Amino acid sequence: MGHIRLTGVKKCFGDVMVIPPLDLEIEDGEFVVFVGPSGCGKSTLLRLIAGLEDVTEGVVEIDGIEATSLPPAKRRLAMVFQSYALYPHMSVRKNIAFPMKMARIPQDEQERRITDAARVLNLTDYLDRRPGQLSGGQRQRVAIGRAIVREPSAFLFDEPLSNLDAALRVGMRLEISELHKRLATTMVYVTHDQVEAMTMADQIVVLHAGRIEQVGSPLELYREPSNLFVAGFIGSPKMNLIAGPVAAKYNAHTIGIRPEHIDVSANSGLWSGTIGVSEHLGSDTFFRVNIHGLDEPLTVRTDGEIGLRYGDTIHLTPNPDHLHRFDAQAARLA
Amino acid sequence: MARSVTTARKTANTIVAGALGLLMFFPVLWIIILSFKTEGDAIKAPLEILFNTGWTTESYGTVQARSNYFKHFSNSLIISLGSTFLGILIAVPAAWAMAFVPAKRTKDVLMWMLSTKMLPPVGVLVPIYLIFRDLGLLDTRTGLVFVLMMINLPIIVWMLYTYFREIPGEILEAARMDGASLREEVIYVLLPMAIPGMASTVLLNIILAWNEAFWTLNLTAAKAAPLTAFIASYSSPEGLFYAKLSAASVMAIAPILIMGWFSQKQLVRGLTFGAVK
Ligand SMILES: Nc1ncnc2c1ncn2[C@@H]1O[C@H](COP(=O)(O)OP(=O)(O)OP(=O)(O)O)[C@@H](O)[C@H]1O
Ligand SMILES: [Mg+2]
Repeated sequence: MGHIRLTGVKKCFGDVMVIPPLDLEIEDGEFVVFVGPSGCGKSTLLRLIAGLEDVTEGVVEIDGIEATSLPPAKRRLAMVFQSYALYPHMSVRKNIAFPMKMARIPQDEQERRITDAARVLNLTDYLDRRPGQLSGGQRQRVAIGRAIVREPSAFLFDEPLSNLDAALRVGMRLEISELHKRLATTMVYVTHDQVEAMTMADQIVVLHAGRIEQVGSPLELYREPSNLFVAGFIGSPKMNLIAGPVAAKYNAHTIGIRPEHIDVSANSGLWSGTIGVSEHLGSDTFFRVNIHGLDEPLTVRTDGEIGLRYGDTIHLTPNPDHLHRFDAQAARLA
Repeated sequence: MARSVTTARKTANTIVAGALGLLMFFPVLWIIILSFKTEGDAIKAPLEILFNTGWTTESYGTVQARSNYFKHFSNSLIISLGSTFLGILIAVPAAWAMAFVPAKRTKDVLMWMLSTKMLPPVGVLVPIYLIFRDLGLLDTRTGLVFVLMMINLPIIVWMLYTYFREIPGEILEAARMDGASLREEVIYVLLPMAIPGMASTVLLNIILAWNEAFWTLNLTAAKAAPLTAFIASYSSPEGLFYAKLSAASVMAIAPILIMGWFSQKQLVRGLTFGAVK
């Protein structure tokens, strides 16, 4: 079980409305990622689900039961914090056991679950250490261990990987995804890293200034962003957005084309320009191209070996099947 | 930052620090010296006392014979431990609320609590005296426990508030998510993490309560009188009393001085807690 439904949920801090009324439904077993720029209200939304903040208006339902005014302890949710929030005065074993102690689970059952969790999370050798004696990655594992032993109806993660270095982050990302496959428990995951969002999510919720811009699978968001914000936010490098007369030719206020959907040629094409900065990643090369008649340079992707370099003239043709059109209100045109 | 300090400089610093320390400790030292003199010697000129008189424990004998030291000692013990315990019991929830769920006026409440310490106690002596009389609390240890708890409560709350504020709120939230009730959150997570701060708060308050003289002198007669009253009883308007007064003082301050000595590391650590990370 782990079905979460928000209806008309609104949150104000004093006079400031951080989250205007929104509706959201999270299905049982889904991996849902909240993504958006810093300060858009991702953590606040997660904390509203957790019960760590009170909603100003609206209804929170968990597994069909109204939970709006239930304290966090009664919601059967587990949370992993960005700061890990381990109990510094307890050993790893006691940290992991704490939620079970609170739930008054019998001692031998506690032992069994700790052993299991420690094996899965590679913590067996560290059970008697204090959190202060662990590395960042190990602390993160303890926090996850503490969350899984209770067998909650959903997991809430608030940017759990942002304190880890890049290599560790990729590893932990896979571990969390695997955990989700194995447990099949609902997970709500907050991040501002759209790569994390794309790689882990079943459903992505794109937030912007407290509003839900779009909800969909990673591919839906990639293929059919419903507005300019999502178009610019999802995808790396960013989608090229072109306004003005060029867009008007396509009957749109703004058109968008991803770097990987532009054909590059040395001889002929729809647009021509000169190559500026280039980034070689081995498999791919990204060029910044200054197009004649456009203010902003475009980013294009080509495969690694192409005999063009800085200052060369280049011709570009957008792939019409992957061209996105937006109206003056920034909404997608069909 | 490493700085080179010359040996001469170091020696000079040591001498100055030592001299200042001696200056501060001198009155206590003088009391200890006087307590081992006869009454006749104790009123002589200081240099003469130091170099030209003998040593005796006569005053201690007299004091011991004339009053019941252990009664006063146990009164002091009960009053200082009792008022500290009661104060902690009240201050923990208060400081918890102020540190973790502050309201708009929390700072004002704290300032107001502290401001009661700026009031001259004698200003409320009459009302408190009358209340004590009507409630039958005069000259009782219960009464003193209450009054000392109340005068020290602002300090206890302030200190605990400062320590609690150092504890990351997310850890308490984690406890809540882990299913802990408020009581369990406080007992299993907050208090163990605040132990260094709690210990210094307790120690400081025992010391303050032990040394408190205004209320203990004014609200007691014979039964509940603690060591402060025991000292005061040796000061008299006529006759010689310096040596006996000194002996009584030494007997009164010795326990707290010894406790302070053994706990000074803890006290200093607690009082500077949060100043350096
Ligand atoms: N307790 C609070 N009181 C007042 N304003 C708050 C409080 N908590 C958050 N806010 C405001 O609410 C907005 C959303 O904050 P939130 O922490 O949810 O953002 P976020 O999306 O998690 O950002 P980040 O990616 O930086 O963590 C911010 O503008 C923040 O200043
Ligand atoms: Mg956040």
